[in-house]
Amino acid sequence: MTNLLLLQALNGLQFGILLFLVAAGLTLIFGIMDLINLAHGVLYMVGAYLTATFTAVTGDFFLGLALALPTALVFGIVLERLIFSQLYDRDHLEQVLATFGLILILNEGVKMIWGAAPLSVPVPDILSGSVPLVGPLRYPVFRIIIIVAGLLTALGLWVLVARTRVGMLLRAGATNAPMVSALGVDVKRLFMLVFGLGAMLAGFAGAMVAPILSVEPGMGDSILILTFVVIVIGGVGSIRGAFVAAILVGVVDTVGRTFGPIVLRSLMEPAAAAQTGRTLAPMLIYILMAVVLFARPSGLFPKKGAA
Amino acid sequence: MSQSAVSDPAVDPAVAADARQPRLASRGALVAALILFAIFAALPPAATAAGDPFLVVTATRIVIYAIAALSLDLVLGYGAMVSFGHAAFLGIGAYSVAILASLGIGDVVLQAVVAVAVSALFALLTGAISLRTKGVYFIMITLAFGQMAFFFFVSLSAYGGDDGVTLYSRSTLLGTSALESDVGLYYTALVVLVAAFFLLRTVVASRFGRVLRGTRDNAVRMQAIGFAPFPYQLTAYVIAGALCGIAGVLLANQTEFVSPAYMTWQRSGELIVMVVLGGMGTLTGAIAGAVGYLALENVLSSMWEHWHLPFGALIILLVLYTRGGIAGLVGRIFGARP
Repeated sequence: MTNLLLLQALNGLQFGILLFLVAAGLTLIFGIMDLINLAHGVLYMVGAYLTATFTAVTGDFFLGLALALPTALVFGIVLERLIFSQLYDRDHLEQVLATFGLILILNEGVKMIWGAAPLSVPVPDILSGSVPLVGPLRYPVFRIIIIVAGLLTALGLWVLVARTRVGMLLRAGATNAPMVSALGVDVKRLFMLVFGLGAMLAGFAGAMVAPILSVEPGMGDSILILTFVVIVIGGVGSIRGAFVAAILVGVVDTVGRTFGPIVLRSLMEPAAAAQTGRTLAPMLIYILMAVVLFARPSGLFPKKGAA
Repeated sequence: MSQSAVSDPAVDPAVAADARQPRLASRGALVAALILFAIFAALPPAATAAGDPFLVVTATRIVIYAIAALSLDLVLGYGAMVSFGHAAFLGIGAYSVAILASLGIGDVVLQAVVAVAVSALFALLTGAISLRTKGVYFIMITLAFGQMAFFFFVSLSAYGGDDGVTLYSRSTLLGTSALESDVGLYYTALVVLVAAFFLLRTVVASRFGRVLRGTRDNAVRMQAIGFAPFPYQLTAYVIAGALCGIAGVLLANQTEFVSPAYMTWQRSGELIVMVVLGGMGTLTGAIAGAVGYLALENVLSSMWEHWHLPFGALIILLVLYTRGGIAGLVGRIFGARP
C-alpha cells in the first residue's frame, strides 16, 4: 500500500512536470501578451510528431530530440509572425476563436502529413530499464529522466526569469507591457522570443512523452484543458503558480484515480464505491479548480496589480 | 478587461448600430428572422419536390443548433459572458432523453421538463461559482465545468460510457408518434426555435434585458446607478442553460443516439463560432450563424476529407478581417452603419 502510494506519487509528479512544461509557455504568453492561445496544446502535439519523425529518420532518440526542439522553436516563431502577432490587440473572444481555427488546421494538417493512425517512438535502449527504489519497488528510468529534465527546465526557467536581463524585461512586461515599450524595449522582439520559448517548452513536453504515450492527432487537446486548469489554479501569468499547480494537479489526478476508489470502499459498499470512484476520479481536478477559484477567484499566486 | 472589450461600442458595429438606431435595427433584424423562418417552413415540401428528402434531416440539425446558438447568444452577446462550456447543456438535454426513455418515460414533454430542470440547476450551481470570476478566468472555469459534465457522462457506464447509447425509438409527443417522421420532428424543432426567438426577444427588450446589456457595456456604471450585475447575469445564464437543454432533447431525437461527444469542449467552441459568425448580440445573427456554420460544414465536408483545414483557415480569416459577423456584414451592405 505504501509502495503503491509512492509509485503513484512519482507518476503524479512526472505527470505534473509535463503539465508544467506546457503550462509555463501558456502562462508566460498570457501573462506578458495578454493572449489566450488555445493552440498551445497543438504545439505539444507538433513536438511529439517532430520527435517521432526525426527519431525515425536518424535512428536515435537524442538526435531526434535535438532536431525537434529548434524546429518547434522556429515553428512557433513562424506562427507568431503569421497569426498571433495580429491578435495581441484583439479581445479575448477573438483570440479564442482564431486559435480555435488554428487547432482545426494543425490537427488536420498532422493527419494529412502523418496519417490518422498513432505513431510510436521506442524508448532509447540506454534509458529503457528500471531502477530499484525502496524494497521491491522499481521505477522506469525513462520516467525518472522526464522528472529530472523537467525539474532542470524549471530551474533554468527560474534563472532566466529571476536572474537575467531578459527575465527582468519579461517580468516588467507581464506587469505593464506599454510601460516597458515606452522605455525603449523592442516589445515585438520580446513577444516573439517568449512565444518561441513557449512553443519550444510545449514541444519539449511532447517530445518527452512520445516514447511513453502514443503520438496521435488531437493529443494536444486533452492536455490543453489540463494546462488551463493548471494556470487558472496557479494564477494566470505566474510561473511559480504554474509549477505549484501543475504538481498539485498531476498528483491529485494520478493519486486520486488509484486511491479514490480505495478510500470510498471504506465508506460505502463496493459496487457503489466502484461506480462513484469511476465517476469522481476524472472530475477531481475540476472540482479542485472550482474549490480554489471559489476561495481565491484569481488563483493561488495572482499577478500583482491584477484584479 | 475582456468583459468590456468584448462589446466596446466603438469596436462592435452591431452594438453601435443598435445604439444609434435601435428601432430600425431591431425591425430589420425581425424582418430578416421572419424571412428565415418562412424559408425554414417551406423547406420540407421544397425538399420533397426536389427529390432530396435528406435535406430535411440536415435542416433539422441546423434548426436545433440554431436554438443552442440563440441560447448562447443571450449570455455571450447580451451579457458579454464568454461561456466555453455551453455544450454541456446540450449533453444534459440529450441524456435526459436517454435516461428517461430507459426508465419508460418516453414523452418528449416530460423529458423536456426534466431537461430544463436539470440544465437550469446545473447552470445555477456552476454559474454562481463561475460568475465570481471575470474575463479569462470566466472562460476557463466554464470550460472546466463543461469538462466536468463531459467526464461525468463518460464515466456513466450504465449508459454506454464513452460509446454512448442508441435510443430504441424517438420520443412520443403527448402520446402521439409525431416525432417518428423526419418532417414531424423538423416542424417540432422549428416551432421551438420560433418560440425561443420570440421569448428571448421579449427577455432582451425587457427591463431585465436592458440591465443585462447595460452591464455588458459598462458594468461599473451599472453598479454606480445601483444595479448589482450578479443576479441578472446568473438569471441569464440559467435561462440560456435551460433553453440549450431543450436543444439537447431535440438533438437526441434527431440522431436517436446520445453520447458524451455532444459536450466536448470543441462543441462549445463551435457554438461560440456560430454566434460570433452570425454576429453577437443579435438574435437573428445567432440563427444565421448556425445556418452559415452548418451549411459550410456540410458543403466542405462533402468536397474534401480534410475539410477542417479550409474551415479553420476561414474561421481565422473571419476573425481577423470581419467585424460583427454575418449580421454586421448584412447591416453594412444595407447601410445600417454609416
